[in-house]
This record gives sequence, C-alpha cells and structure tokens, in this order.
Amino acid sequence: MQYAAPSTVKEAAGLLAKAKGSAFVLAGGTDLLVRLKSGLIEPDLVVDIKRIPSMQTITRAAGGFRIGAAVPCVALGENAALKKAWPGVVEAANLIGSDQVQGRCTIVGNLCNASPAADSVPAMVAAGAKAQVVGPKGRRTIPVEDVVVGPGKTSLKKGEVVEAITLGKPAPKTGDAYLRFIPRTEMDIAVVSAGVCLTLGPKGVVKKARVALGAVGPTVVVATEAADAIVGTKLDDAALAALAKACEAACKPIDDKRGTIEFRTEVAGVLARRAAKIAYERAGG
Amino acid sequence: MAQGIHVSMTINGDSVEYVCQPRETLLDVLRDRLGLTGAKEGCGTGDCGACSVTLDGRLVCSCLVLGAEAEGKSVTTVEGLSTNGTLHPLQQKFIEHAALQCGVCTPGFLVSAKALLDRNPDPSEVEIRYALAGNLCRCTGYDKIVRAVDAAAKELRRKA
Amino acid sequence: MNHDQSFTNQEFKIVGTRPPRPDGVDKVTGRARYGADVSAPGQLVGLILRSPHAHAKIKKIDTSKAEKLPGVKAVITSADLPDLTKGDRSQLDILENCMARGRALYDGHAVAAVAAVDAETARKALKLIKVDYQVLPHVTDVDEAMKPGAPIVQPHVRTVGVNPAPTKASNVSQRTEFGHGDVEAGFKRADVIVERSYKTEQTHQGYIEPHACLASVGPDGQGELWVTTQGHFTFRNVCASLLGMDVAKLKVTSSEIGGGFGGKTHVWMEPVALALSRKANRPVKVVMTREEVFRATGPTCSTSIDVKIGATKDGRITAARAELRYQDGAFPSIWGMLGAMTSFACYDLENVKAIGYDVLVNRPKVAAYRAPSAPMAAFAVESTIDQVAVQIGMDPVDFRIKNAAKEGTRASYGPTYGPIGIGPTLLAAKNHPHMKAPLHKNQGRGMACGFWFNFGGQTCTDLNIGVDGTVSLTVGTVDVGGSRASLSLIAAEELGIPYEKVKCTVADTASLGHNDTTEGSRGTFSSGMATIYAARDAIRVLKERAAKQWEIDVADVTWRNGRAVALKAEHGNLSELTLEELAAASPRTGGPIAGHNEVVADGAGVSFATHICDVEVDPETGYTKVIRYTVIQDAGKAIHPDYVEGQFQGAAAQGIGWALNEEYVYGKDGRLQNPGFLDYRIPVCSDLPFIDTQILEIPNPGHPYGVRGVGETSIVPPLAAIANAVSNAAGVRLTHIPMSPPRILNAIKNGNGKSHAA
Repeated sequence: MQYAAPSTVKEAAGLLAKAKGSAFVLAGGTDLLVRLKSGLIEPDLVVDIKRIPSMQTITRAAGGFRIGAAVPCVALGENAALKKAWPGVVEAANLIGSDQVQGRCTIVGNLCNASPAADSVPAMVAAGAKAQVVGPKGRRTIPVEDVVVGPGKTSLKKGEVVEAITLGKPAPKTGDAYLRFIPRTEMDIAVVSAGVCLTLGPKGVVKKARVALGAVGPTVVVATEAADAIVGTKLDDAALAALAKACEAACKPIDDKRGTIEFRTEVAGVLARRAAKIAYERAGG
Repeated sequence: MAQGIHVSMTINGDSVEYVCQPRETLLDVLRDRLGLTGAKEGCGTGDCGACSVTLDGRLVCSCLVLGAEAEGKSVTTVEGLSTNGTLHPLQQKFIEHAALQCGVCTPGFLVSAKALLDRNPDPSEVEIRYALAGNLCRCTGYDKIVRAVDAAAKELRRKA
Repeated sequence: MNHDQSFTNQEFKIVGTRPPRPDGVDKVTGRARYGADVSAPGQLVGLILRSPHAHAKIKKIDTSKAEKLPGVKAVITSADLPDLTKGDRSQLDILENCMARGRALYDGHAVAAVAAVDAETARKALKLIKVDYQVLPHVTDVDEAMKPGAPIVQPHVRTVGVNPAPTKASNVSQRTEFGHGDVEAGFKRADVIVERSYKTEQTHQGYIEPHACLASVGPDGQGELWVTTQGHFTFRNVCASLLGMDVAKLKVTSSEIGGGFGGKTHVWMEPVALALSRKANRPVKVVMTREEVFRATGPTCSTSIDVKIGATKDGRITAARAELRYQDGAFPSIWGMLGAMTSFACYDLENVKAIGYDVLVNRPKVAAYRAPSAPMAAFAVESTIDQVAVQIGMDPVDFRIKNAAKEGTRASYGPTYGPIGIGPTLLAAKNHPHMKAPLHKNQGRGMACGFWFNFGGQTCTDLNIGVDGTVSLTVGTVDVGGSRASLSLIAAEELGIPYEKVKCTVADTASLGHNDTTEGSRGTFSSGMATIYAARDAIRVLKERAAKQWEIDVADVTWRNGRAVALKAEHGNLSELTLEELAAASPRTGGPIAGHNEVVADGAGVSFATHICDVEVDPETGYTKVIRYTVIQDAGKAIHPDYVEGQFQGAAAQGIGWALNEEYVYGKDGRLQNPGFLDYRIPVCSDLPFIDTQILEIPNPGHPYGVRGVGETSIVPPLAAIANAVSNAAGVRLTHIPMSPPRILNAIKNGNGKSHAA
C-alpha cells in the first residue's frame, strides 16, 4: 500500500486518476481504516487530502456555507454561524461516533463511504446540500443525494474527489432537524433516522418541506409524499399522523443485526414526526 | 514490502523521528516503535477509546490514525500527563476514588477526561458522561470514574 | 475447617478502611504492563487462521506456500500438537479447541497458525494457507440442537444422567436434576400458578484487553510464557500437559490483566503460541484481535428455560419447577447443571425441582462469565416470582421476604445454609430510599434477587519480612480488581503495622506453589485466608526471635500492635520489640523471618444480593434507559469497601448491558455477525446512572474475618430486575433477553409480551 499526501486538489485528482489498482481517499480515516483492518479492502494507494488548504476550511459564500472535505465534524459544531443557519445538519454531523471520532470524521467522508445509515446524509439531503466534485475533466456540482448510488457505491468516476459540501443561505423562517434511533445513548450506527427541513409561510403554515429517511433503504429515502403531507398545514396532529404514515410507506428497510423491518418502519414515522416538530419550532412556528 | 515512511513529529513535548510502513497506525508506532505502551489496542476499530491520544490538541483514537499522518504533528499520550513525577489531579483523583479496577481502560479515560476539562472546566455529570462515551470500561460501571473526573475538575478550578 | 469464631466481635484497625491501591500509580501513568505490553528480542508475530464455517470437515491443509514465504519462521497445524492426553477426553477437548483436528466446529475455530518476522508477512502467510473444507450442516440454537435429526456436533457424546444409558449420539451431553419434595403435590395445593418460558441470548464477558501472550520455548524443552490470565498456575499445568513439557520447566508469569470475568480462566491460543515458538525456536507474540476475541474465546451460554411456580393466596410458595436448557458451545461442560443448581437458591421451598440440560451446538466453547449460569436462571425465576406476586396481589419484596431462605434452610441444590444475607438484603431493599423516589410518566420500578456459591480452592502464600521491617507479601492469585490492596490490608492488620509497609506481589509460577485460578470470587477470600495464616506463621517466628533475644520462654511472648510484648510481671523491665527491631536483628537471631501457608480454602460463604432498578421506556420506540439503580449485597466482611463497591457496580453494569442490548447475532449460515464493540453493545458511560451500593456484612463463619466472595453475585439480579421494571413501566412482560428496543416495541404493539425473536 502506498500513502500520498498531496497539497492541491489537482494533485489529488491526478493521483487518483493515474492509480493502478485500487485507490482510496483518506479524510478522517474513521471508516477507511476500519475497512482496511477488516481486510474488506486492500488499497494499492491511499490519498490523504488533509494537507490540501482548499479542503481544510468552512467559508461563507453568498450567505451560504462551503465546508471543505477535510473539515472534521467537531469543527462544524464550533462554527456559530453554521450552527445557527443549519442546526439540523450540524447536529447530524456531531452525532457521528464518539468525541474521538468527531475529531477526525468528516461529512464528505460520511457521504462517500455510502453507508445507508450515514448520519449526515438525511440532514444534508433535507437541507438541499450540494457536493462540489473535482476530477480530470474539471469541476461539477451535484445534489448530495446523487453522490451515493448504493451501499458502499458512489457515482464518482475514477479520478474524481469531492472537494466540498455547500449549503445555501437558508430562506427566512427555515428550520431543519435530524433525529436518529440508536439502542444506547452513543456509539451506535443509526438503526433508522430522519432529517426534516421546513420553510414556513405566513401564519406558521408550512410552505416547503423536505423529508429524508436514513437506514431504511439501500440509499437515503427522499420521502416526497411525506413532505407533501405537511405542506399547507401547521403540523397539527392529523398532519403529523399523515406524515408518519407516508414515511412508513416510503421505507424499504431490511432485517439485520441492528433492527427489523417492522421496527425501522414504525420508528421512521415516529422520528419524522418528532424531527418535524423540532424543525417547525426552529423555523419560528 | 512498501517503502518505509520517515516521520518527524512531537510526542509529549519531545521531538521524535520514526520510520513506519504505510499501513501502520499511530497506535502501532507508539507501542511497537516508541515503547509508549500506555495507549492500548482494545478493538482496533475506534469503538473502545483505549488508544485515545490527542493530535494537535484534538482527542482522537490512535488506532484510526496512520503513523504517516502524524508528520509534523504534536501528540500527547498518558505518559505525558504527569510532570516531573507529580501526578496530574486527574491521575490523583482516579486513584483516590478507586476509579480503576483492572486499569486497562484508564490511560484512555485520562486522556479523554483531560481533553474534556481543557475545553470545559466545569462540566455537569451529563456532560462528563457524554464526553467519555467513547471510552469503554467493563469493570467499574463508570460510577467512580465520573466522580473522579468531577473531583479533578473541582481541584483544577480551585488551583486556577 | 474450624476457625476462631471471635471475629464476630472483632474490631478491625485497618481492614475496612480505604487506602490507595499499590498498583494505582503504575496504572494511571501507563507504566503497568498488560499482556501485549512486553516484547522480547528476536520475537516473531504469531497469527491464527480460523474457520469461516460453522461446521466442516477439514479434508486437507496445504501450508507449503506459506512456509516458503520469506520471513515466515514456522507454520503449524494440529499435526504439530500431537495428542498426549492419554485418553483424557476433557484435555483433548481443550487441545482440539485450541487447534482443530480434522473438523471445524464453529465459525472462528483455529485451523492453522504462523509465526513471521512482522505482522504484514504473517498476514500474507495466512492468505497462502489453503484449507480444503467440506461444509457440514450446522446447528446454533439450543432448542434446535435437542431435536431429533439435528446435526450432531460431537459424535462420541452419549447423554449422561438418563436411564437407561443411551447408545445413540446426542447433542445433549448431560442431564442433571436437583431438588427435594414433591412438586406435583405442591402445585395441587397452589391457589395461583404461573408457568412461563424464557430465552436468553449469548453474551461475552467483554473485557477491554484482548488475549495476548509472549511465548518462548527453547530446544531444551524449557519455556517461558508471559500472558494475561486469571490463573497462571492453571495455564502452566494445561500448557505443559498439552505440549509434553515438565510443569516445573514452564515458567508462566501473569501480566496485569485487563479484565477477565471468567473468560481468561481457560487457554485459547497460548498452547498455539508455545507450539509456534517451539517450532520456530524464537519467542512468539500472539495478540488476539477484538474479532477473534468474540469469535473464538469463551462467551457464556444462550439458554431456553421453563419455569413453573405455585403459591397460596397468602403468599407461600408451594412448589417450584424449572427446566433449563443451556448450550455449552461445541464441547461438553457443566453450565446447564450450574443453572439448575442456582435456580431456586434464594428461597425456602418444601417442593422444588430443577432439571438442567447441557447441550452442544456449533458455537465457540463456553467459558465462565461471572456467576456463570446464574443470571439466566435468575432471570427466568425472578420474572416468574414477580408475576406470581402480581397475581396474588402482594408486594414483590414482601412476597420474597416471606419465602426467602434463611439459616437452616435446605437449599434447592442440596446443602443446608448457615447464616446468610438474602433476608437482610431484602429488608434493606424494602427500607431503602430508592423505594421512595418518585416515578414519572413511562417510568417503572423493578427488583430481583441473586445468589452465588463462591469458591475457595488451592492457595499458597509467602510473607517475607525485609531487613527494614517492610513486608513482602507474595501471592499466587491474579489481581483482577484490586485484591493486592485488600491483601495488604489483611497482612497489615494481622501484623499490626501500617498498610504502607506491606508490598503485595503476584508471583510467577516458579516462585510459589500452586494457586487455583482467580474465579469463583475467591481471590480475596482464599489469598486473604492464606495471608492471615502466613502472617500468623510469621508472628510465631517473630515471637520466637523475641524470646531468644530476651532469653525467655516463648510462651511468655505475645504479639500486639506490631510488637513483641513480654507477658508476666517478672519480665516487666523488657521493653517491647518492634517488627523493625526484630527484622534488623534477624541475621543474628536465625536468619530471614518469613511466614508461609498452603491451604485449600474451604468454607467459602454464599453471597446474596437484592437489586432495585428504575427504567424509563419510550412507548413509541421501545427505547429503554436505566434511571436509577441500587445494589444491596452481603459481603460478609468488606476488607476494602471501595473495591467491594466497585465489584457491585461493575457486575450490575454488565447485567444491565446483558438485559438490554448485548447478544451474539448468528446468521442462518452459522456465522457470528457482530464480533466487535460496534454491534456487540456494552453500556457506555452515558447509558448509566450512578449505581448506588449498600454493603451488608453477615459474617461467613468459614473465614477468619467473615469474608464472603463479592465479585460475582451482582451480575445475577439485573436481568430480572430490569425485566420487572420494564413490565411496570410499559405494561409488557418480556421473556427474551436482551430486551432490545425492537423486542420491547414489538411487545408493546402486539400486547402483553408475546414478543418473538427479532
């Protein structure tokens, strides 16, 4: 296995493009090193992106945010402006692992590792986040939900690397929230999760909604019917019940060592209801 | 075998150089090349915290950091906690409060607890528990550990 | 053994205080050395190849390519571990578990091993070993394994304990039965009968330190082994026997141990490490990965238990019956028998019957896990007891008090109890402030009792007095939880000197006679007893030396407060001689002063506990949190209360994890799906509240200070305490452990605990 630590994005993309055999991007390493040790992967090349300045920072752009791919999740929680604008994305990022893991893991790594249970993904999807991809053919920007195509699989071509995640400026009266179910209080992979983002119109009526469910399908489930069920409402009990029911219908979970189909389906609805209420309150409802 | 990687960095304030293989973790380097066996490998997957160290001031699992990634960085381990033979208040309180039984998780807890108190000198019980959630203990049930950290926090605030 | 009974009024000066432990500084500075912390010049890395099949015939193992890889110094299979057991089946079972002999019996079973110059080379070498498996049908569930037609795990096994003796192979290795009276007649007299079936899944001790050893065998057949273990003398005996070495020529040194709880009482890869070293003629270090620890060491049993209890409406149990089916893994053992023995031990019963089955499955060989077999039986019995109490309309604590065993009770497993603590712990629970703590929405309270036998065993201790009067106390019981502090307290108490003057060391096997393993809560009990006698032996010598110096009759000398004192008025002018003075004079008075003791420490006292637990259950998700927990346990005499409390709290925490989240998950392919701390979920710091403890002291007449073992009992009540609390919080009776959120939610949604396996 070779280890390289380039200092520019162009260099990194070049190394990945030219690599003979299997090449992996190393950001926080909290997923990559685990897979390496288990023998699941045998990398020929590991490209460490943490020494690339353009990936190390959180910057403002047009009222929104650009989060570099090498920024550890703990730094998101330390950024007051980001926390204020997108509390759901930040709380999701800060739920990943222990304090030790938080000092290393990144939301880009979390995304590109492409686990169906990734914590940051439903929140990013609900918030409409985008991924800036750099490759041999230049730059392109795609919605975050288009990065992951299946468990452990991304749509990135050889030589491409995600340089940053961007979040727009939240519209007025917007609130987002993320909840996950784990059997302990910490240290578990999400059994099921829900990210909700709401924008309110006049009189506290939901104008726009996005609901994304995690760990209930091979990739994040964007529950459009569930979102529709609460648009035009003030999140009264009937609306919340319809939201939960629509989430249950949108789920395609499996039975595994962490949960059952029955459990994930039921709790997806419960979490979506609870996350919607938090997002509603954050939006000023 | 791949080419060895030469690394220069700082451990517990001392300049250190080593050569390691690309696959070696920082934990492997600490234990097998530098003789610092305080950090333990309890799981190798970042789930138990027994290998906790700080890397440029951030609390990390050294089993999830490659030895090569430490180039130019500053690492502190449990061996750097006491100064000139004087125990740090955390170490002192752990002994006083019987916060260890087998003791194998203790180095990791001490590093994590110090990282907590460095950023939050007056943590509540809940804050202590969540900050230490990344450190597994199978012997104590955590009761005396939390009390020891709380006592050390009080002692450090008193001295400050 | 009869002991001086005057302990009942004994005032201790030092025993019962809370000084710092002698190994504390080493452990908080990282200086303490555990199994993997030591290296030897020229050492090789040892790695083990393991079967990916639950059950398979091994047709061929081709190690030729591995052997040729540069840097590989030895490759072994069972061919390098010949059968020297001379027909001793239990020894052969140990050998076969360490290295497969023609068949793989569980996912993770060792089939070959390599020793190479570094980890990278060893990994590559493992990949080059070609194993030709013929996969066989497997069985991993205890009830499935008992059905006719189930794949047979050990073809030579015939069920012991049934009449007539069977001739056909079976997965049931033994059937045992305990009890007395007539349960059928008893049930006829009952006003209320509750009959229920329960299941508990397999759990692991979960010690944070993986198994590790450094083995070095020379061409002369002498060897050394540095190893993390609960019993280095036992390991020495077993390893020497399996490898054909002389016991005295294999020196085993116990490292500091990073947790054991029974899982480090057996050898797993140590004979393999020694065999690699012998073949490579270099030291070999073998450190297990966490995955190997889960797959290939000794978890506890999964069980299936039926309980039936009948009682009159005024609260007297008339009959109690249990059938317990425990899987022992792939090798026969006694865990079902122990479960049957412990089932009803807390109660005074006229009619009781407990039948235990030990069953073989294609899972790793089960080892002891802290009060082995008792927690599962207690889960089933204590859950049923609560249900009976509810049906009668009686408070669960009062119901237990009414039926609790006491001095003179004939225990369900046979012996008659001396003074015991079950009644006192129940009374203490009834009056504990925990019972008055307010409960809010979705919260419920439960309680349960637990029992453990505790053991004594072979013990050998040396006490040597240094020339400056400081004392070297050398023991052979591995210190798993702070016993060196307690033993130092005992030595200091007996000698009448300050605690700080005693240094307790755990010796290697060359330096002391045989000591049984630290298990059965025997460490402080047995070594404590031996320390007392060794100290008294030393005092005898000290008195002789004083008599010699004073030139008086030794009968006129007594030992008091760390000094020799001349009795009788005529010796009034003789000033007392301190330990330091006698020690300093020792070269002239007869040489080094020491005490020694070998003892089979019998008289271990049984230990009872009552736990109270409050939980909060989220009715929409089944998420359960423990919000309050109290342990009340009888310690006989708490030598060092901090470490007694620590045992209570640690055991309770393990029980809580077992009750709520821990389980081995096997796939249909018989492979373990969660061999890691991510998905084998032990409690983390934020999962638990402070664990309140109350130490009761009902002295054990079998020990000079009244000590009872304390380490194990408190893992026994939590499973039922939590099940009872969940029942009261959420109105559902869970009968399947762990009570994970999917099971609890399922019970809530489908009503009344008809939960099935998730």
